[in-house]
Amino acid sequence: MISYWAIVSARFRSLLQYRSAALAGLVTQIVWGMIRVMIFQAFYSSTNAEQPMDGSDVETYIWLGQAFLAALPWNIDTDLRSLIRSGGIGYELIRPVDLYTYWLSRALSWRTAPMVMRAIPLLIFAFVVMGMSPPVSWAAAAAFFVSMCAAILLSSAITTFLNVTMLWTITGDGVTQMTFGLVLIFSGMLVPLPLYPDWSQPIINAMPFRGLVDTPYRLYLGHIPVSEFAGVLAHQLVWILAFIVAGRLAMARALRRVVVQGG
Amino acid sequence: MLDSLFIYRRFLAVSLRAQMQYKASFLMQLGGRLIITAGEFMAILVLFDRFDSLIGWNVYQVAFIYGIVNISFAVADAMTTGFDLFGDMVKTGDFDRILIRPRSTALQLAGQELTLRRISRLTPGLVALTWAAMNLDLNWTFANASLLMVSVAGGASLFAGLIVLQATLAFWTTETLEMMNTLTYGGVETTQYPINIYRPWFRNFFTFGIPLATVSYFPALAIMGTPDPLGTPLWFQYIAPAIGIAFLIGSLQVWRIGVRHYLSTGS
Repeated sequence: MISYWAIVSARFRSLLQYRSAALAGLVTQIVWGMIRVMIFQAFYSSTNAEQPMDGSDVETYIWLGQAFLAALPWNIDTDLRSLIRSGGIGYELIRPVDLYTYWLSRALSWRTAPMVMRAIPLLIFAFVVMGMSPPVSWAAAAAFFVSMCAAILLSSAITTFLNVTMLWTITGDGVTQMTFGLVLIFSGMLVPLPLYPDWSQPIINAMPFRGLVDTPYRLYLGHIPVSEFAGVLAHQLVWILAFIVAGRLAMARALRRVVVQGG
Repeated sequence: MLDSLFIYRRFLAVSLRAQMQYKASFLMQLGGRLIITAGEFMAILVLFDRFDSLIGWNVYQVAFIYGIVNISFAVADAMTTGFDLFGDMVKTGDFDRILIRPRSTALQLAGQELTLRRISRLTPGLVALTWAAMNLDLNWTFANASLLMVSVAGGASLFAGLIVLQATLAFWTTETLEMMNTLTYGGVETTQYPINIYRPWFRNFFTFGIPLATVSYFPALAIMGTPDPLGTPLWFQYIAPAIGIAFLIGSLQVWRIGVRHYLSTGS
């Protein structure tokens, strides 16, 4: 356990070095958030009909999305890719740790460090300048926190699965892009999930992707009441487990016939 | 001039052949891009399904503007990949190789790489535009058809101009400024909706500052025969795309100044 924690923290510290990239990302996401807020405000001002989610809730949902964007499984670990390309993966195989847990630990910091760097300043900006609302209650805040941790774990499990596919494809770009497309559409990043047509709700709710965005944000807003917390958390946990099992199986298969490149 | 075009075509053919060597990876990337861009368009449909109208605009009018903007950007993006990679070329000193060849630097960079997956951006734009055009009951006079072409050309020129300017900055900073992506990608995101839905300061920025809305929104109104809620006259809507072409010419001038200032970093 101690060795995995060391992996998480070492990687975390090295990722915190990229500060100028973080600043650029911050500006981009603030502008992006403002554009999206204005678009939704325009849509909400065009109707008097009751909507499944209030306009102000949607704004907060958008800002949360911008703040935690970097936690989504949107890319693969490029360091691992160069290891696979160069043959350095051989060293990974002889480490005295479980390879899957090691990769999952890497993915956890890979998803968390850039996110923390962006989330804090962005949330401060959204609260102070854009009038984003705080969690509806302390209970909602606590539920949001737990569910957000689950979201990061889910994202890391998906990332690790994508990393494992690189053992076959070497580049991994194609799989990652397709997955990220699905994530954008079905997590709530493009449009908050409650606004999708009513007939599509059961399908969207069954998929794993809402656990990355929609579940924690709606807990924050109180749009999913705290009384339903156990159910939605269970949905996240089941999918985390599914991706971990799939990742482990795929890795075991790949390692049975691994070809180390280079030499 | 003709000779330049010939070389440009050769550059592109080589680049396409190189990409087709990795077919599976290429197809998956194409699929991924399609899902993402189709998802963005689907978002517009989902929102119109919920809200019926966007301050007076219907879904076809928005899809029409969306189509023009996305086609313009796709064309610009596919033609300027070389400029995207330019920051790295400055860092490694590879740009020196380009300088010693007897062709213009801008032409060589434009022909550097035509990434097929960038072309996938074209699909949703074309689909949206066609779908909108079929439902809008447009009057396809010669003037309108040519205005559509000119509008796409103006939009593509403006986006290309922005990308060239972004690359030009690398002459001084030796790295491309990620922040400029906010202007290009943010510009697409913004101007694919009618510009009058935004707050005045923001709208003015994309009308006068970086005139992305000017080259797409105003001509689109003229083609659809919709009076502008912002009250611009018809003649202005017809000449608006010219601003994009002027912008590109200006950017290429700045690029030339940059090339003259270039000090190699290579060893």
